Amino acid sequence: MSSVLPHLPALQVVVPLFGAVIAAFLRRGAIAFVVALAVTWLMPVIAATMLWQVIETGPISYAMGGWEPPWGIEYRVDLLSAFVLLLVSAVAAAIMPFARQSVKLEIDESREAWFYCMYLLCLTGLLGITITGDAFNAFVFLEVSSLSSYVMIANGLDRRALLAAFQYLVMGTVGATFYVIGVGFLYLLTGSLNFVDIADRLANVGPEQFSAMVAALAFVSAGVGIKLALFPLHAWLPNAYAFAPSFATAFLAASATKVAVYLIIRLYYSVFGGAIDYAALPISEVIIVLSVAAMFIASAIAVFENNLKRMLAYSSVAQIGYVTLGIGLANQAGLTGGIAHLFNHAVMKGALFVALGCVFFRVGSCMLDEVTGLGRRMPITMAAFAIAGLGLIGTPGTVGFISKWYLAQGALDSGSWLLVFAIVASSVISVVYIGRVVEVVWFREPTSKAVIEASDPPLSMLLPLIALTAAVVYFGIETSASAGLASRAAEILTGALATGVPPPGAPQ
Amino acid sequence: MSSVAPFLVFFVGAILVAVTSGVPRAIILLAIPVIGAANLLGTAPGVGGLVSLFDYTLILVYADKLSLLFGYLFHLAAFIGVIFSLHVKDRVQPVAAILYSGSAMGVVFAGDLITLFVFWELLAVTSVFLILARQSQRATQAAIRYLLIQVGSGFLLLAGILIRAWETGSITVEPIALEGLSAWLIFLAIGIKCCFPLLHNWLTDAYPEATPTGTVFLSAFTTKVAVYVLARCFAGTELLVYIGATMAMFPIFYAVIENDLRRVLAYSLINQVGFMVCGIGIGTALAINGAAAHAFSHVIYKALLFMSMGAVLYRTGKINGSELGGLYKSMPWTAGFCIVGAASISAFPLFSGFISKSMVLTAALKEGHPIVWLALLFASAGVFHHAGIKIPYFAFFAHDSGIRTKEAPPNMLIAMALAAAICIFIGVYPWPLYSLLPFPVDYAPYTAEHVLTQSQLLFFSALAFVWLNLTHLYPPELPSVNIDAEWSYRKALPAIGLAVLAIGRRVRAVALRTATRVLRQIHAAIYRQSGPQGALARTWPTGNMAFWTTVVLAMVLILSYV
Repeated sequence: MSSVLPHLPALQVVVPLFGAVIAAFLRRGAIAFVVALAVTWLMPVIAATMLWQVIETGPISYAMGGWEPPWGIEYRVDLLSAFVLLLVSAVAAAIMPFARQSVKLEIDESREAWFYCMYLLCLTGLLGITITGDAFNAFVFLEVSSLSSYVMIANGLDRRALLAAFQYLVMGTVGATFYVIGVGFLYLLTGSLNFVDIADRLANVGPEQFSAMVAALAFVSAGVGIKLALFPLHAWLPNAYAFAPSFATAFLAASATKVAVYLIIRLYYSVFGGAIDYAALPISEVIIVLSVAAMFIASAIAVFENNLKRMLAYSSVAQIGYVTLGIGLANQAGLTGGIAHLFNHAVMKGALFVALGCVFFRVGSCMLDEVTGLGRRMPITMAAFAIAGLGLIGTPGTVGFISKWYLAQGALDSGSWLLVFAIVASSVISVVYIGRVVEVVWFREPTSKAVIEASDPPLSMLLPLIALTAAVVYFGIETSASAGLASRAAEILTGALATGVPPPGAPQ
Repeated sequence: MSSVAPFLVFFVGAILVAVTSGVPRAIILLAIPVIGAANLLGTAPGVGGLVSLFDYTLILVYADKLSLLFGYLFHLAAFIGVIFSLHVKDRVQPVAAILYSGSAMGVVFAGDLITLFVFWELLAVTSVFLILARQSQRATQAAIRYLLIQVGSGFLLLAGILIRAWETGSITVEPIALEGLSAWLIFLAIGIKCCFPLLHNWLTDAYPEATPTGTVFLSAFTTKVAVYVLARCFAGTELLVYIGATMAMFPIFYAVIENDLRRVLAYSLINQVGFMVCGIGIGTALAINGAAAHAFSHVIYKALLFMSMGAVLYRTGKINGSELGGLYKSMPWTAGFCIVGAASISAFPLFSGFISKSMVLTAALKEGHPIVWLALLFASAGVFHHAGIKIPYFAFFAHDSGIRTKEAPPNMLIAMALAAAICIFIGVYPWPLYSLLPFPVDYAPYTAEHVLTQSQLLFFSALAFVWLNLTHLYPPELPSVNIDAEWSYRKALPAIGLAVLAIGRRVRAVALRTATRVLRQIHAAIYRQSGPQGALARTWPTGNMAFWTTVVLAMVLILSYV
């Protein structure tokens, strides 16, 4: 065991990568699923062990191939990255059993193994982005995860999935390109690609190069902004989520945007944070304005949406708004709220999309007008949907309340009670779109034949749903694991910010 | 503390009610308030049901004399309401009613603001089904308006709590000084549920549209929950004295001209809540006792009145005063119970209103609010007019409408009999109630002076009604009334009241029209942008997506360099 421990950071990425290769060679869906399941269930074990190590002994630095940073690629696990690693891998592990039946129904048999291969590659990419301490390596993993997710989305039953995947591909490529341009600027400025090293060197950059630094910041913001679906760069997301296979939607919604958010937090706080005083730049204001716009506009669109997957996709855009709001507030409580919401939203949206996957599995549709009265036929599924929906609204006793509470405290810390109203008022809109579904599903008589014949799905699909729904409530009450860790991570991150220091190049 | 949180009994009970039907369901329905009350008897004053939630501790059960009093009252009201609605076959209504009663318990025993907020919202969400169950277009629209306003109240409350937690670090339910944004937000949120003037329209809009049985529950809980929270947080806030006095007066004018008898009762509900609010505002031991005692007697007699009108509506399908009349021949028992309720609300000696309303009046006088005292006295006379005389008179007597129907079903009669018995018992023997009040009671209701004043007041009110009715001057016009000099304030005030009323009506009509138009336009505008065909919700061309990327990039760059 002791010989394995130091290599855990490498294993976190290498195991799913090899799993992908094996899955591709196996060619048979059922066996590929077993490989994917085994790999996915190993991931949270590794991540949890590393989190424990980080808490006990501090950040882990792993030199890939023995090349010492900053020359070689460094894998760096600190509290924030360990937290996100555990989040992504745990949610993936929870959803995984659901995949078997759902994928069997929605994916052509000859492609099943390839689908699991793509899934494992995507997982590799997402974990890689989170664990790497190297800016260019992050780009590579960004592309790995993106390319594999395009393939997964394109496999959706609806032919519109192809257009959705294509649009996502174009936008994803634009985003990745912008990110690389930004990294290029950083490389020009510092001659380094290692995050920690860049941060050290940026602090010594002269005032004449301040504008290049701002350009780098702008490019990475816009680039990663696309990947995390920051309003108005979100337009690829609704269709991609709506038309992808149910499992892909649940997995991507719970993990892909979260990892992009992680990357932006890493860049803002750990890389640029020491060199740029955000109080002197408008970037925080831009993020806050866009976040609030997302919270209201995307929620309003969700209210009128008939396709439930698309409705939840718009709700994701709105929920990402809460996360980025926390990032923009840039204070301890606000960032705690943002990071906690990262976790909470992954759990809630995982549960909601799995529930819709179960609905599609039984009814063959996710249209609101075709699931009338479904609560009587699929009581467990729809009850889970309602509970996770309460979380989305932010009801006390669910995870949603915790993050919104911290966000509101952060908004007040930065002296803006108007934002408190925005947080509460946008939650009221989510009451409308969740309430609409609950009303149709629970308080109307079933009409269509498919609904009347429906029943709760098999246990392998139901258990993931129940587990995630239980997490929505559990972490809404016992918050030391989610908000507690988020708060510690936020403390470290905000502590690294250069505050009050006049930015280089600013008029003295 | 060996007992469980009071709301739990109801919530678990609601699940059982949802899965049973017929006689077992009836037994469960009746058992819930009884078991709940037994549970409450075992609840010692103190703090229990602690749940820790990040940095805070939630207190699910905070019991003291005030919360226990409201707890007993709500159990009693739920029991009466359940009996009254035993004949209802529909599944949604009983479940909603039980959940609604449970939510009211939740608020009353909440020791912290987060718990309070949760039940505050549950109160709104569960009660709306009692209005929806009427299943008419009007009721559905009223229900949606009701829900929007109630959820809006919760929204203000939550914003207030968030800011208060940040300012003080405390989420305990405790007295709050009315200063600063957070206090005003919480005050306003309570004010909406409490029907402060201009914030009251939801009640008179929605309650008359609910089902005959639903209104009985509605009348008991929402406003009284708000009164309770007001007593907890804002006791002694002087502003409340004037708000309460206004609340006691203005509904009278509307009640007099209103034709829908349940709407008349809704207006008189606001008027009665005004007495309580006023008592809370005065804030002395006597005043708070008076407010609490009045809440107790009010819930019972108001439920009784709503039950009698509910029985009439149930049997005849009509509720407008102009269409009813002469029903005492068909429904003698209901008529009798209605008169008991009317006597109680009018504060006849030996009926429950008499021993509680006067506590608030006396407190007002003692604390040097003679004008408020006069206003409340005037309001008492007005109550007698519209609730005490108008309701029974137009429904059961007046001109014979020719309607011949059956007496109310036995379960309704039993519920009404129970309520009527309580009204008389409290009126004759108030000391058990007095012993439950939050402060020691040093007050004797049956003094010669008090009985005399009240009888005089009632007598002259009755005289005015009879005279107006005989001369066919009773509603809608109220011309100058020739009364004795000592009652002259009753001449001036109605005149002013009528003018205010006319303006109020016009303002209300314009406001309603404007509000509807503005809401429609906002909805249309949002729908244009966000609806399925809206620019924001359509699938964007890929070029547009890329365009916005450059916009964001340019925005960040330009703003950074400027």
